[in-house]
Amino acid sequence: MSARAFYIDYSRCIGCESCVQACAECDTHRGVSMIHLETIQRRESVQTAPQVCMHCEDPICARVCPADAIKKTPDGVVQSSLKPRCIGCSNCVLSCPFGVPKYQAEIDQMMKCDMCYDRTSVDKKPMCATVCPSGALTYATGEEIQRSRRGIAINSWKFGKEEVRTKVFVIVPRAVERVHVDLVQISDTPAALPADPYDVALMLGGVE
Amino acid sequence: MAKLPVDVPELVKQFGPTLNRVPAGGWLASEEEDKMVKTHCCFCGQQCGIQLRVRDNKVVGWEPWEDFPFNFGKLCPKGVKRYMQDEHPDRLKRPLQRVAGKGFEPVSWDVALSRVVSEIYRIQQTYGNDAFALLTGASLTNEKAYLMGKFARVALRTANIDYNGRLCMVSAGAASKKVFGIDRSANPWSDIPKAKVILVAGANIAECAPITTDYLWQARENGGKLIILDPRLTPIARNADLYIPVRPGGDIGVFNGMLHVMIEHGWIDRDFIGQHTTGFEQLAESVREYTPEYSARIAGVPAEMIVRAAEMWGPAPTSFLLHARGIEHHSKGVENCVAAINLVVASGRIGREGCGYAMITGQGNGQGGREQGQKCDQLPGNRDITNPEHRKYIAGVWGVPEESIPGKGLSAVPLVEAIHEGKIKGLISICFNPMVSLPDANFTRAALEKLEFYVNIDFFLSEAARYADIVLPGSLMEEDEGTTTNVEGRVIRHRKVLSPPGEAREDWKIICDIAKGLGQDEKFNYGSPRDIFEELRIASKGGVSDYYGITWDRIEKEYGIFWPCPEVGHPGTPRLYEGGKFGHPDGKAHFTPVAWRPSAEMPDEDYPTILTTGRVVSHFLSGTQTRRIGGLVDQYPQPMCEMHPRLAEKLGVQDGDYVKVESRRGQVVVHAQIVKTIRPDTVFIPYHWPLDRSANNMTIRAIDPVSNIPEFKICAVRVSKAEEPTDAIAQLEVQAGGVR
Repeated sequence: MSARAFYIDYSRCIGCESCVQACAECDTHRGVSMIHLETIQRRESVQTAPQVCMHCEDPICARVCPADAIKKTPDGVVQSSLKPRCIGCSNCVLSCPFGVPKYQAEIDQMMKCDMCYDRTSVDKKPMCATVCPSGALTYATGEEIQRSRRGIAINSWKFGKEEVRTKVFVIVPRAVERVHVDLVQISDTPAALPADPYDVALMLGGVE
Repeated sequence: MAKLPVDVPELVKQFGPTLNRVPAGGWLASEEEDKMVKTHCCFCGQQCGIQLRVRDNKVVGWEPWEDFPFNFGKLCPKGVKRYMQDEHPDRLKRPLQRVAGKGFEPVSWDVALSRVVSEIYRIQQTYGNDAFALLTGASLTNEKAYLMGKFARVALRTANIDYNGRLCMVSAGAASKKVFGIDRSANPWSDIPKAKVILVAGANIAECAPITTDYLWQARENGGKLIILDPRLTPIARNADLYIPVRPGGDIGVFNGMLHVMIEHGWIDRDFIGQHTTGFEQLAESVREYTPEYSARIAGVPAEMIVRAAEMWGPAPTSFLLHARGIEHHSKGVENCVAAINLVVASGRIGREGCGYAMITGQGNGQGGREQGQKCDQLPGNRDITNPEHRKYIAGVWGVPEESIPGKGLSAVPLVEAIHEGKIKGLISICFNPMVSLPDANFTRAALEKLEFYVNIDFFLSEAARYADIVLPGSLMEEDEGTTTNVEGRVIRHRKVLSPPGEAREDWKIICDIAKGLGQDEKFNYGSPRDIFEELRIASKGGVSDYYGITWDRIEKEYGIFWPCPEVGHPGTPRLYEGGKFGHPDGKAHFTPVAWRPSAEMPDEDYPTILTTGRVVSHFLSGTQTRRIGGLVDQYPQPMCEMHPRLAEKLGVQDGDYVKVESRRGQVVVHAQIVKTIRPDTVFIPYHWPLDRSANNMTIRAIDPVSNIPEFKICAVRVSKAEEPTDAIAQLEVQAGGVR
């Protein structure tokens, strides 16, 4: 098993889609990418976010699969669905808190990121984390990350009341211990939202 | 008569651009390769290392090259998908000749070459040698760039050769020469993460030099601060410590204003200035009037931003300046760069670890392509064609009388104007698609239509090649070997991965064949690109860009070598100006005062909005290559007009609406993309597309008086809501110039 792990630093992402293009290059994917690059709200900002499978310690996708088609390897990588078993029901698609599995209608099967198992199982870096120009996706040792990043790496999440631990780490500011994702009623909390941080017109303050 | 032989839709049907989405032999075929070749990406001046997988003389895929000490395996989407232009259905494999009413028909090499030679003779005998011109490219290898310069001066004996680096690096180069005496980035990229403050001026690094992003982020992890100057909040600006949304053309306001504040606070290095520079007093005098308030009016930003920038840059212990086309593509491009570089020299932070500056070359061989003598005023080794000593040396290398070498010729834009005026009658172009990349595209088209004879050498039938009388099928980067010089000044080697398909030939062979047809066998008798490089080494010896100590074997062993490298035992020069020793004969940096002046065309009542143009991450330059690769076209299929919601509201335009953008010279109809990340007085359209989708329909043919770079970054337009266009061009696929 590799001493290296997968790290995501959303703050570094530049939305270039190298990860998406490189993932699709994999022979086993045959032109279909298993990584999602989310453009948050292009009107408001240039923020983008790459999403690989987080490889949960106790994967919800596997738990909810009625056909027992989703398996985890001994080294903790959650695989795509097994073709003979997958019934295409999309339970996994609906249940994943990270929105990772996608149902591929053409092949009637769920496919998702398997952290380039063909590469990582022989201690090569996953394709997306090799090509990523910004270092938003990195495959490295914990020591390398500590040395090279200001933030810290965590793998503990809370979605509402559900706690999740993942094999993949995210890099966050030092004070953060767990990423807490909750539903927020935006209309109730306008004051809590920053006032258009990326609006160039506001930055100019009437000077043009 | 270089007019279209048949209409555009018919040409598109025959020659594309069509999209390739699958590797040669299909996805599974790439499971096992015969060999893996370490080479470099052909897109952009960073020249990232990559390994191409080859089977049965076909590129079937790639692997990262993690050892190459620039990109360490990293690639942008263009590099990832680059190999999809191999085995492409649009690939030109036979020489073609124009047949009016039919299109293009294949002919033999003998027929094509003898026609080229006889037309060169006819035109030069009728109108004079200079009536036949060459337009070449900055994505050619050093060997080919050298060959093109020699071909023009020795075989064609024409003064009129210039290259498309004229649209790219010449403002930066001229400014560097003026201040430092050398045209090259001063530092290796490994200095960037060591800088405590980085100023990025007019460089959309995330999209145009994506690999450099990691160097910026490393600097930030080390506690470095980032200042970004750009009319658009680009992906790197999102993380900036200070983002200055400068008005296009207002950059000098920021630079001179910063210097004003720095001098006022004593944030300059008086000792360094005293020992290693000239002209500081005049410079200080010239920025006296640039108070933050005055500067802010020029720059179109709040004065506090300029003060803040000076506070960050001025007292920093280490610093790095990066600039690119955003400040260079102006009719005052050289002045913009000089004003930026003045900030570096005044701080004394250059020629040391973590201290310096770099211009980000855009084209594949943006650095090397501008050194080997394919510029209209230049001889190899970055020598000056008007300097008698330089002429004499090169005449000796070439074995020709010095007086036979023509003088300074026309640069790209005046050269095309001379075609339009009927002074130039014949043209060979290679690695250049002026129909998309030159400003004022309607003028360019009218000029090409006036040529009596036009030869285009390319691997795809580009939009310009459609106007050719003869099209000669050349080679992709991976089908030939040679060297390029990357953004840092590092000379690297491109490997031959496979042979050109069908009857296509290596570019250098085509040029040598034409030269031989012109009776110059002896001077163009090369057996391989390595032979050309050996001659280039000698030709560059003693020049500013001295390659004499660089050999192909050394490049391979040492992961590239930085010029100058005057002797074989010399280690090369990753960092210039160490010890404050500059490139001018007096060894000093020469401060040059610059004053702001308006751009050639400022917005007015009729055309109230500023248009600025640039690139997107998934396309390269005129798109001849990237508009043929499925994954890259899917990522950004067609140009969109970025505008701020405030402007959109004024115009009554919703996101996704069709808008007409028109200047005094031309127009496009494209979709509007409404974003808050751009100044409300400015719209942005990327320029990679042709015909009715070409941003260069609107741009202005104004050039910088020194560098002759066109003013791509500002012209005046009016924008209005439009109906969906339904004409024949609009019906084409998006990569061909259609709209959806």
